[in-house]
Amino acid sequence: MSSPEPMSSPEPILEARGLVKKYGQVVALNGADFEIYPGEILAIIGDNGAGKSTLIKALSGALQPDEGEISLGGERINFRSPRDAQRAGIETVYQDLAVAPALDIASNVFLGRETRRRGPLGSLLRLLDKRGMRREARRQFEELGIGVQSIGEAVGNLSGGQRQGVAVARAAAWARRLVIMDEPTAALGVKETGQVIDLIKRVRERGLPVILISHDMPHVFELADRIHIMRLGRRVAVVTPKTHTMPEAVAIMTGATPSELDNVLAKKGSPE
Amino acid sequence: MGPTRTLQLARRLITAPTVGPFIALVLTMVFFSLKTDRFFQAQNFSLVLQQVMIVGVLAIGQTLVILTAGIDLSVGTVMALGQVIMTKLAVANGVPVVPALLLGVLTCVGFGVLHGGLVTGVRLPPFIITLGTLNIAFALTHIISNDLTFTGLPKLELFWGRTFSISGTDFTYGVVLMLVLYALAWYGLNQTAWGRHVYATGDNREAARLTGINTNRVLLSVYTLAGLTYGIAAWLLIGRTQVGDPNAGQTTENLDSITAVVLGGTSLFGGRGTVIGTLIGALIVGVFRNGLTLIGVSVIYQYLVTGILVILAVSVDQFLHRRNG
Amino acid sequence: MRHPQGGERRTWRFRLFTAILVLVVMAVVVSVAAAKPTATSATVKVGLITKDATNPFFVKMHAGANQAASKAGAQLIYAAGKDSSDNAGQITAIENMVTAGVKGILITVADAKAENAAIAQARAKGVLVIALDSPTSPTSAVDALFATNNFNAGVFIGKYARAATKGRKVTIAMLDEHAGSSVGALRHNGFLKGFGIKTNDKQIACVANGGGQQTQSQPAMENCLQKNPNINVLYTINEPSAAGAWTALKNAGKKPSGVTIVSVDGGCAGVRNVKAGIIDATSQQYPLRMASLGVAAVVKFANGGAKASGYTDTGLNLIAKKPLKGVPSKSVKYGLANCWG
Repeated sequence: MSSPEPMSSPEPILEARGLVKKYGQVVALNGADFEIYPGEILAIIGDNGAGKSTLIKALSGALQPDEGEISLGGERINFRSPRDAQRAGIETVYQDLAVAPALDIASNVFLGRETRRRGPLGSLLRLLDKRGMRREARRQFEELGIGVQSIGEAVGNLSGGQRQGVAVARAAAWARRLVIMDEPTAALGVKETGQVIDLIKRVRERGLPVILISHDMPHVFELADRIHIMRLGRRVAVVTPKTHTMPEAVAIMTGATPSELDNVLAKKGSPE
Repeated sequence: MGPTRTLQLARRLITAPTVGPFIALVLTMVFFSLKTDRFFQAQNFSLVLQQVMIVGVLAIGQTLVILTAGIDLSVGTVMALGQVIMTKLAVANGVPVVPALLLGVLTCVGFGVLHGGLVTGVRLPPFIITLGTLNIAFALTHIISNDLTFTGLPKLELFWGRTFSISGTDFTYGVVLMLVLYALAWYGLNQTAWGRHVYATGDNREAARLTGINTNRVLLSVYTLAGLTYGIAAWLLIGRTQVGDPNAGQTTENLDSITAVVLGGTSLFGGRGTVIGTLIGALIVGVFRNGLTLIGVSVIYQYLVTGILVILAVSVDQFLHRRNG
Repeated sequence: MRHPQGGERRTWRFRLFTAILVLVVMAVVVSVAAAKPTATSATVKVGLITKDATNPFFVKMHAGANQAASKAGAQLIYAAGKDSSDNAGQITAIENMVTAGVKGILITVADAKAENAAIAQARAKGVLVIALDSPTSPTSAVDALFATNNFNAGVFIGKYARAATKGRKVTIAMLDEHAGSSVGALRHNGFLKGFGIKTNDKQIACVANGGGQQTQSQPAMENCLQKNPNINVLYTINEPSAAGAWTALKNAGKKPSGVTIVSVDGGCAGVRNVKAGIIDATSQQYPLRMASLGVAAVVKFANGGAKASGYTDTGLNLIAKKPLKGVPSKSVKYGLANCWG
């Protein structure tokens, strides 16, 4: 089964081959392949335990695969920590670990990458440039069309949607190559989900490719250019919203038998 | 924009974790001012500060540790060990006073590094690690001192107990040092990237790691700095009691430092709290002890009140924790 | 993203908070403004600081001081350490009492040296400081000492134990209080003197700290018995300690007749144990007298009298169920009539 590729560019921006990750007896990734092309939203779907989270953790440096290789822009890379991935321009929004509630919005956007005052105040006394960071954070929020009352508000006082907005804004602010989002709407209400979806679109408009992990099929089909389907630790198919319907994608995801699958595919015609 | 900004500012002020403890402190002070005219005097305030100075300094280290969702049960005995080393070396072993003090402080720092190393390297819970070092430091204190009290100490070791006078009120140098340490801790936690990382690590260690923070380095720095504050407290303790006493700093200081942190509104879940709150928490305990004696009520009631306040503070914390997830 | 749905609720809550805050601030301002300093009463204030607040000896001392104070029309302020070695707690109590305006402080010091600096500051401010029961080192650190002669208390029971075991092979265990306890050292050394042996005598099989408490003394004695099961002479710092040790002895299958137990204090529970044959002899002292003499001395000083000074012996008697030749002692009946606790 080969994957449909967008016509714009033949070169994947991030690519993985044969990733394997084992936790004792449990095989989380079993030779998974992966690629994402410039400017696209790639959705990753799969049942619980299919290996979605393990895959993106490997891509974002949160864990190291046992086998397989990852390359970024054609170059072999080996992320040892999330920091390495960030340095390479890859930002990740984790589903429930998004933010530090005690800190304000600007501090969250700059967490781990704080800027200090110029001169001896910064270099010697390590004084933070709070004003500069707030200004920059506010600019970022305006660009993404996120309205917050106060950039100095503690994130713990925000609604779930606003918190997710902060996490997405942080990723968008720092990503140079790629944004990964793990279930960004899982804990949100209908209205807030809509807001996050708009945000994801705006991130793509900035030219950043997005990897989106989601359980929500309608959203996946609304947003994604391509859909990467995981099953039992490997990629079983890549489809597009144009070539496949939701039931078909779900059938592949849940492991319909080959003949059933052929049936479905024959009706629609092969994606090639 | 103007009014809303003020509104926001006011709201942030009210939800700030130090407001509750601060109100409690003010009410306590009003109460004792009404009961006796001996309370509301500069000399008496200086006295209360002097009495909270040791627990106050220990509580700075304890605050850092608790902000990272840890706890340190060993603060008092580590301090006692540092104190015995400082005094014994100077008095019994003829070591010059500066190296004697340094070795005492370094011992405490060493315990901090040990705690940090075990928390990050072996990933043991801080409660268990420090329960272990509590006993180790206790034993070492008695072994090294041979259960003797050391007197006739060099002047420098007694320095922090000396006083200076401002318009008729005597202040202890140790109190000034304590206030300076609080200012430094406030600066570090609020004005530097390190402080942000301490809060983020305490709030959620894994999330902080995923954000790109080197959480192990943060934790190690926190425990090491905490050890340093215990070393400084050891020196202050010598200034206060004028002796090197192996019976000092047993259970009382350990629990009092945690009490101060909790009363100051710092969350035992980590990631939320302030060092200024801790100072207020220590002062609440000190003011009660002082005030009750001044009005002639047995000190036992101080523990009763402290107990009630601790439970109240933790309940508020629990409530906020649930609300903010 | 819009502002939180809870916006309205939050504004409401904010108003409530402001209202409360304003009320609190107003209350503070009003009450401070209205706060009339309570007139400094002419009554003499006397401070009493004991090692801890739970030992019956100190409870009795506290009661005696209270009685004496109310009789003399004085006010007693009481404080104690958290445990018998809480030096910092005692120092804090001294400072607070001086601020409270006491004329004199009666103190049983937790450590012979650790409170001296604070005591010196109190004396520099004209406060009369009298050590009760436990002497300071040096003794000149306080104005006066009202105490039992603790060394003699040890000598009495040492002599008694020697006489009770005359001609027998003895194996001695000694349960002390804790390191740095001046009383403990005096009683310990007095016992040795009375028994006629030196500190490192081979007959002493075991020396342990029981903190002067029953709960800590029991395991201390258990360990001593483990070390040498033949122990037949037992010195204890006080009667709670003797009671704890007795439990250990009983559990080890010993009979009262097999071990000579001596102690110090003369508390009612202790004397009853003498009657029951558990403790063979105890040196009875009189904490009530210490406290009442102390209060009287402070009141006298406050009324323009001279400062108390030097050492005042508050008396001592050996209480034994079975009087022995050559060792003067009082009966259990006398002990019960004069006991405390």
